[in-house]
Order: sequence, then C-alpha cells, then structure tokens
Amino acid sequence: MAVLVIAEHDGRQLKPGFTNTVTAAAKLGEVTALVVGKEGADAAQAVAKVAGVKKVLLSEAPHYEGSSAENIAALVLTIAEQYSHLLAAASSYGKNIMPRVAALLDVQQVSEISAVESTDTFVRPTYAGNAMATVQSSDRIKVITVRATAFDPAGEQAAAPIEKLAPGPDVGLSKFKGAELSKSERPELTAARIIVSGGRGMGSADNFKILEALADKLGAAVGASRAAVDSGFMPNEYQVGQTGKIVAPDLYIAVGISGAIQHLAGMKDSKVIVAINKDAEAPIFSVASYWLVDDLFKAVPELTKELSS
Amino acid sequence: MKVLVTVKRVIDPYVKVRVKSDGSGVETANIKMTMNPFCEIAVEQAVRMKEAGIVTEIVVVSVGVPQSQETLRTAMAMGADRGILVDAPAGVEPLAVAKLVKAIIEKEKPQLVITGKQAIDDDSNQTGQMIAALMGWPQATFISNVTVNGDSAEVTREIDGGLEKLTIKLPAVVTSDLRLNEPRYVTLPNIMKAKKKPLEVLKPEALGVDVTPRLKTLKVQEPPSRSAGVKVADVKELIAKLKNEARII
Ligand SMILES: Cc1cc2nc3c(=O)[nH]c(=O)nc-3n(C[C@H](O)[C@H](O)[C@H](O)COP(=O)(O)OP(=O)(O)OC[C@H]3O[C@@H](n4cnc5c(N)ncnc54)[C@H](O)[C@@H]3O)c2cc1C
Ligand SMILES: Nc1ncnc2c1ncn2[C@@H]1O[C@H](COP(=O)(O)O)[C@@H](O)[C@H]1O
Repeated sequence: MAVLVIAEHDGRQLKPGFTNTVTAAAKLGEVTALVVGKEGADAAQAVAKVAGVKKVLLSEAPHYEGSSAENIAALVLTIAEQYSHLLAAASSYGKNIMPRVAALLDVQQVSEISAVESTDTFVRPTYAGNAMATVQSSDRIKVITVRATAFDPAGEQAAAPIEKLAPGPDVGLSKFKGAELSKSERPELTAARIIVSGGRGMGSADNFKILEALADKLGAAVGASRAAVDSGFMPNEYQVGQTGKIVAPDLYIAVGISGAIQHLAGMKDSKVIVAINKDAEAPIFSVASYWLVDDLFKAVPELTKELSS
Repeated sequence: MKVLVTVKRVIDPYVKVRVKSDGSGVETANIKMTMNPFCEIAVEQAVRMKEAGIVTEIVVVSVGVPQSQETLRTAMAMGADRGILVDAPAGVEPLAVAKLVKAIIEKEKPQLVITGKQAIDDDSNQTGQMIAALMGWPQATFISNVTVNGDSAEVTREIDGGLEKLTIKLPAVVTSDLRLNEPRYVTLPNIMKAKKKPLEVLKPEALGVDVTPRLKTLKVQEPPSRSAGVKVADVKELIAKLKNEARII
C-alpha cells in the first residue's frame, strides 16, 4: 500500500505532530511525504530525515501561503488516486484541509485516530475521549487525521530523495491577510516534556507570571484551561482540552483548574499529573497522580523556590 | 443576505457519558440532550448579523431524529426565522450531512453558511469543510471573528500557533470556534414565538442523498482508567515524590 502524509511546517520548520503521524502511517504502507507551501525547501530537508519516509514531494507556489485549504486540497487531489491512505496530524492545519480532500474524493474521513488495528480499521476517541470507537472504513481511499500524542515520534534516517511536484491550480477563493503567531522562548505545548497549566483560579493575566516562573524553572511549556483563555489571561493557542490542544507530556501540572470533562479530554493521557487546587473536592484530583490541596498563590512560588534550592 | 446555519442535537456537554455494556455505543436513553455548543455560537452569530442589518433571513437545518425539532425550535427562539429538519436516524456521518446540506443550499441559495467547528459527540470536525468542498466554496474554519464587506468577508481563525486572518469570497462556509461570541439565553416569550415559525420536515430521499454509513462501528469501549493517585501534604512532599517515585524531575 502507498501512503501519503501531508507535512505541516511554517516555511522553515517542521511541526511536531508530523513524526508521530509517520509512525501511524508506516503501519499502513510505504510512506511518501508531501511538503507544500509558499516556501518549503528547508522543511522538505527535515522531512526527508524522518525515519520511515521513503520519498518527499515538494510543491512550492505563492498561493500556498497561510492555511489555504482550498488550494492545498486541490493539489492533493491531483495525486490522491495513487495512494491507499492520505494522512495528516489532527492539528488545526490537518483538521482544516483533510475533510475538504475527503469530500472531494467522496470519502468519509476517519478523524483523529489513536490506534491502527489494520489497514481499514482504526480506534478513535469520541465524546471528549470518554468512548473509544473502533471503526472500519469501506472507502476506497482512507482519509485520516492522527492524534499525535497516541503515537511515538519516528526517529531519524539518512535523507530520503526529494522530488518536485508541480503546483496545483490557484482556485482563488480566499486570500491570506496575515497571522499573529505567538512567540515564546518556551517549548511548544504539543512537543513539551513538561507542561504547567493554569485555570480560572489564577485570577488574572498578571498572576500567570508565577506559573511562568515555575515553567522556566522546569523548562516547561505553559498551558491554560478554556476559562483562563476566555477570561483573557492567556491567548487562545494555550488552551488545552477537547476543543483546544491535546497534550500528553511526561508531567502535567494543573494549577487552579477544576478538571471539567472537556479539560481532562486534552491532558488525561499525560504520564504523571500533578494537581494543585484549594478545593479538596475538585474533579481534577480524580486523574491526578499527586494532588495538593492548597492555595496556589502560596504553593506555586514555594514550588519554584524549593526547586531552585 | 440569507444565512444558513446547521445545528446538531447532542448529549449535553456536562453529562458524563457511559459506554453501553454490550460495546455497541453510548447510553442515550433518558439522557439530557441539547444543541451542540458550537452550533449555538453559530446561530448567535447569524442572529447578531441580522440585528446589525447585514442578514435578512436565517434558515436553520438539522439532520437527525424527530426530537431534533426541539433543537431547531431553540435556534428559532434565539432568532432564526425558519427551520428544516432532515428526518434521519441518529449518526448520519459528516459526508452525508454535507451532501444533504448541499442539496438544501441549492434550493435556498444562502450567501453564508455557518456550522459549528465540531460536534461534541462524534468530535469529527469535518462537516463545514465538507460542505465548502462539495459547493466549491471557500472555507474559514475555527473562526473567532467575521465581518462581511459586500461580496467578501474578513475572518479571523484560531489556529495552533495563534491567529490567522483571511479574506474569503462569498458565498462561503465558516465554522465557529468558542470565542466567536457568547450565545444569548432564550426567553420564554421568544420560545412562544418560535413555536409559530415555519418548520419543514424532509426525508433524505427527497433530497436525493444516500446516507448509508461508510464507517462501520465494530465496538465502543471505555478509555483505560488512570490508577488512583496520592494526596501529598505539602510542596516538599510533592517534590520528593516527583524526584524519587516518579523520577520525572
Ligand atoms: C463545547 C465546550 C468545549 C470546551 N472545551 C474546553 C477545552 O478545550 N478546554 C478546557 O479547559 N475547557 C473547555 N470547556 C470548558 C469546561 O467545561 C470548563 O468550563 C473549564 O475547563 C473550566 O476551567 P477552569 O477549571 O480553569 O475553571 P473553574 O472550573 O472555574 O475552576 C477553577 C478552579 O480553581 C480553583 N481555585 C480558585 N482559586 C484558587 C486558589 N487561590 N488556589 C488554588 N485553587 C484555586 C477552584 O477551586 C476551581 O477548582 C469547554 C466547554 C464546552 C461547553
Ligand atoms: N446531524 C447534523 N445536523 C445538523 N448539523 C450537523 C450535523 N452533523 C454535523 N453538523 C454540523 O457540523 C458541525 C461539525 O460537526 P462534525 O463535523 O460532526 O464535528 C456541527 O457543529 C454542526 O453545525
């Protein structure tokens, strides 16, 4: 079987979910990776070195700037019939493009798989991860998005060959107007080994500084609950949960987060979970490996201080 | 301009769902149902655009069991003008929903279609993109802002790295994210008014769409549960556990 994996990148760097997606794809057949963008040569070099990638297709054109689901789907369509499976990580990029590709191929996409049972059968979380469904697809081409945290990242290899792919049409339906991307010295949420996450209990954007100090001590990324984002404490891209980012770091420290179903959906596969909450009944404790009932404004600075000594 | 909004009836987001013991699905008998939260946001957006004088008519569409009429009535109580139910068994897949909506779009000719970004039951996150694909229209997914300017719209999308801004040509499909707006509560007088608004019921066959599933659900299981944790007395004990027991820091 021939499998195509669409690689997400920012013009230079490859996004973290790709290597995990290759691990899932390699269970299905021989992997070709597609790098598409306004510029993609550097990303293609990185993709070529991901273990399991047999060939890289690189397609560059100005009309691939930004998300451009319409144009990327049109490009994928020009080569889709050569593959049995089309995959991408279930990131905002993959979720945007793949259903468009699927509909154009008259295929029912299988969203956010967490396990591969066979070439046509997959496990996927539904109901915020509270019901794991095993589904079998009868479509001739399988279009799939992959929950990156459920698969190990692929290792490295000697570079696979890179081939140019002629750009597809510019369908001219939408125009990229710019992006406001967060710049941070900290690790990216979905790739971090440790995450320190704050909720409504933080009280204000300013108070997040005490969490950031702890995160820096631990070399961690910072996350947030929906309530913290809605309250304007943190930008949207920090949200962890059913409808935010799905994370599974080695250590997740939840501070002032109650543990609603939708938040748990995004972090309960973390290896070790620490919860700090002043409410002894907080549902977050039901998934915590270690839990501390305390005022966060006391416990967090103390934790940072103790770790420094 | 006319707007079409899709609304799905789902298990209430605050209900703890239970997997049926025979592994065939989740328990739905006697469980509180509601409008998918993202669809509520989609309806609210359409109503605000109507209040601002940009939109002249709002048509809401649901695909599902007869009780989905309640969901359509709620949307009409929020301010939608008309409802269309495509009467079909629960669990029609996103591709089939998109085909049904396409057939309705071809009759109704809206300039804008607003769907939720995700149904919180199947967590598919596909339908809006699929409608856009089948229509050959632009799509703007996960939006936190939209402004219409004549025959195009400016949108802001919530993406993994932050925010993205696009100009899309109309007609188009947009899918709502959480921070697009805060939906209003429906009031009793508006619920009464909604009862008198037109609600049409159609069968999928009448729209010429085959809704046979492409995916077969072999089984549904509970996720693996986490082993019970321990309460620590203070920060010192927490650090000791993380260092010596979990060996994580
Ligand atoms: C469709 C939908 C999608 C959603 N998606 C997401 C999602 O992706 N991610 C997400 O997180 N949520 C999501 N939610 C929201 C979710 O239901 C909860 O409302 C949200 O997670 C609550 O955030 P919180 O725990 O920060 O706030 P709260 O529930 O208000 O909890 C605050 C906690 O802080 C504690 N606290 C307060 N002060 C202190 C103090 N000084 N010291 C210690 N502890 C303190 C309190 O005891 C409390 O437990 C979604 C909801 C819906 C309906
Ligand atoms: N059966 C349905 N009836 C009406 N709208 C639907 C239905 N299924 C999906 N949708 C719409 O598509 C959005 C995304 O759903 P999904 O692709 O299933 O995650 C939902 O928020 C709805 O607006």
